[in-house]
Amino acid sequence: MPLSLSDSTWYPIASAEDLPLRHVYQGQLLGRELAVWRADDGNVNVWENRCLHRGVRLSIGINEGGELKCQYHGWRYANRSAGCTYIPAHPADAPSRRIENKTYPVREAYGLIWSAANSDLPFAPFPGAESGDWFALRPMPVNAEPADVLTALAGLAPDDQPADVLPGMGLRLGEVTYFVQPVDANRSVIRGLLAKRPENEAAALRAHNETLTRLRDRLERAAARKPAPAALQPTFDKVSVELSTMPDIVIPRGNTMPVVVKRKWQTADGVVGFELAARDGHLPTFQPGAHIDVHLPNGLIRQYSITNGPGELMSYVIGVKQESASKGGSKVLVDTVREGDVLAISEPRNNFPLRRDATRTVLIAGGIGITPLLSMARFLDKSALPYELHYFTRAGEQVAFRDELGALHGKVFIHTGVPRSEIATSIATTLGDWSRAQHVYVCGPSAMLETVRVTAAAQGWPDEAIHFEYFKNDKVIDDSTAFDIELARSAMTLHVPSGKTILEVMRDAGLTVPSSCEQGACGTCLTGVMEGEVDHQDVYLNDSEKQSNTCMMTCVSRAKSARLVLDI
Amino acid sequence: MESRKAKFIGETVLSGYAVVRQIPGAKMTSPIDPITADLWQVIAATDEVAIGVVETTLLLDQPIAITRDKDGLPVVWRRTSEARGDEIDPETIFDRLPVITGYGYIWTSFGNPPKELFPIPEYAEADRKNMSCGSIGLYVSAPRAVENFLDMGHFPYVHTDILGAEPHTEVKEYDVEVSEERDEVLATRCRFFQPRAALSATEGQEVEYVYRVPHPFCSVLYKSCPEDDSRRDVIAIFLQPMTEERCRAHLLQSMVDSTSTITDLRRFQQTIFGQDKPILENQYPKRLPLDPRSETPIRADKSAIAYRRWLSQKGITYGVIPMAS
Repeated sequence: MPLSLSDSTWYPIASAEDLPLRHVYQGQLLGRELAVWRADDGNVNVWENRCLHRGVRLSIGINEGGELKCQYHGWRYANRSAGCTYIPAHPADAPSRRIENKTYPVREAYGLIWSAANSDLPFAPFPGAESGDWFALRPMPVNAEPADVLTALAGLAPDDQPADVLPGMGLRLGEVTYFVQPVDANRSVIRGLLAKRPENEAAALRAHNETLTRLRDRLERAAARKPAPAALQPTFDKVSVELSTMPDIVIPRGNTMPVVVKRKWQTADGVVGFELAARDGHLPTFQPGAHIDVHLPNGLIRQYSITNGPGELMSYVIGVKQESASKGGSKVLVDTVREGDVLAISEPRNNFPLRRDATRTVLIAGGIGITPLLSMARFLDKSALPYELHYFTRAGEQVAFRDELGALHGKVFIHTGVPRSEIATSIATTLGDWSRAQHVYVCGPSAMLETVRVTAAAQGWPDEAIHFEYFKNDKVIDDSTAFDIELARSAMTLHVPSGKTILEVMRDAGLTVPSSCEQGACGTCLTGVMEGEVDHQDVYLNDSEKQSNTCMMTCVSRAKSARLVLDI
Repeated sequence: MESRKAKFIGETVLSGYAVVRQIPGAKMTSPIDPITADLWQVIAATDEVAIGVVETTLLLDQPIAITRDKDGLPVVWRRTSEARGDEIDPETIFDRLPVITGYGYIWTSFGNPPKELFPIPEYAEADRKNMSCGSIGLYVSAPRAVENFLDMGHFPYVHTDILGAEPHTEVKEYDVEVSEERDEVLATRCRFFQPRAALSATEGQEVEYVYRVPHPFCSVLYKSCPEDDSRRDVIAIFLQPMTEERCRAHLLQSMVDSTSTITDLRRFQQTIFGQDKPILENQYPKRLPLDPRSETPIRADKSAIAYRRWLSQKGITYGVIPMAS
């Protein structure tokens, strides 16, 4: 039977030993090339062997432990999702579009790595698989048709003991179980397994290798005498239209996904950790500094930063401040949500992107502000980039994520109980004078943010080197303008007078529109703009998103033009 | 580009030979589009072809032979039984292909080539060191090699510690235009931080580049000159498309550099191209895909996008995967 590009059968594509620490292995199956690599968490990735940017093989890339880095332009792709997390040519931008490489299903079992051309069939162990302590033989590549190789292997059996045929081009011949990996129409690899580890491994490997070498020579002589079948012609999937057209900025809209609270624990005095796991598979790609919206049981939506390191997509870990004063938000999470509960979260969104092109990165956290900076420190750590993390808390018991901080290799300074009057001096010393390619990231109470901004500016740090994220909008909203809004999908034109928000006017007209913070910080009321010029007053959209004039926050932003056409 | 107003001085233009579009029975493994057929194609460094001795190469899938006559003028023809190194009397060759010399190289064509090569006026400036820097075979299409030449984003990764170094990876905004008048792609205000931009550079600096693509398979780069702020070094790459998936890169340097030797300058450029070669040969597909949905461009790739569109609009199909109509 000729090979098919869409064959759903699982085949072995590598030995487990082909994937040592931080290596990338070039695999092949059914005419396709694969980049196969093991992340530091043990997960094996099988990806199309091609960077989506310029088509360079990812098998010549660098395995950084949680991300794979392309050799050509340094693009980073995350363990598990193959989502692009960083584009070094534009270090200040979070790759806002869904650049995701093609992945193939994978299973590591019986000393081999198994994969398939698609996910149509679940992985099924071969008969007798569970009873062995499997030992993989050296693979034997053969330039011959896979079906011929299988037939020849069967021919090795003595007449009185015919081979047992196994599904997926496998057969058992006495003590050896063989699988033929169909590399291409005229190329195969024989992968053998012994049911137990031989006493003399080297001798066993050599003996089997000699048998298979003789078989290969015979097969290749026979193959040379007959016409070679045409090679398979795999095609590359096209990228989306959205990715192929360049400057468009796409803002993820309110899609939510369910997550299970896998673990809830007191990580410090006043800080509760939540581990939110995907119900099956992995969660979407995120970048350091990203946050998620958590939809709370009482209907509120709150934003929390992801603390994870690169390629950690099985669950997101967030830290929640236990505030007695907090009405409804964190309090509901802390008091009522338990392990095993299901919550809805948004896709990760990044308003606090980390540049990885700095010669010096200073991370300054105050209290619960440690969460995004912990993620940043973990990314820098994995890429062996220099950084200093300064974490200010009132007391030692309030230091959250101590174990995680302890696992970092960079310079981590924990400042506890520094009197408020001395914080500025401490920050001034920490920052020092600015020079090219130095960046500071700060997250914490607004007073601390302000101190860092003022101190840094006074010491010559330019605006673009000082990075922070707003969790609330402290700007004074100017609601003096009056204008009309045309609601394209609702076929309605409304007048927005001064003193009223677009949101209020729409609600007065009987429309149901979602909102949360109503101060332009959370992103819930994000609305598409089809015509007109927006007067942005929020702190949610970044500058390029604002300049795109394609979306707005209807709770605080208004119009510069006399009329706005909204996609509602 | 003020300097481009200077008068273009080509080397020699030979004309008068019959232009042969296709010899009956010649092997045509890939269809050559008419635009490609009419272009001048680079085939060898003039100095490297000895008088009365046969040099052989492949152009657009077709074997060709080259020699020089007693006056040093090149003679190019479709190769039949000649082998490299044979002695030959050029007077005995009648079915000649058109030939032109320029920028140290011999160029030929299978169609009706223009009267002149594209201009590089700086080449004629008396105090420049002009040199060919070797011909490097690449198992990739010529347009992929052009695109790599236009690309700054790979400097820190591929030309580490020479043309770029991590963590300085940013490609700043630059301008690209396709000049209809000159029929070329032009990228200006291209800036990149380089630890050692040229042989004469001693410390890191932000270097400014201008790129021209005046020919579908050739590109010219102007970069700030470490020795003289008011002038620019010129580096050009001329690709010889041997097959749709294989080419030779012929390099030209026209430098303002009073201290380095030609050997050093050549070695520097060969190091750079030696670093590009393994990356280019790991690119798939090997032909340049012109469908915008086949790869993922970013802002830094503006010049490459303009180049792909330009090829598409011209109707070039050789060495590319054209857009499905």
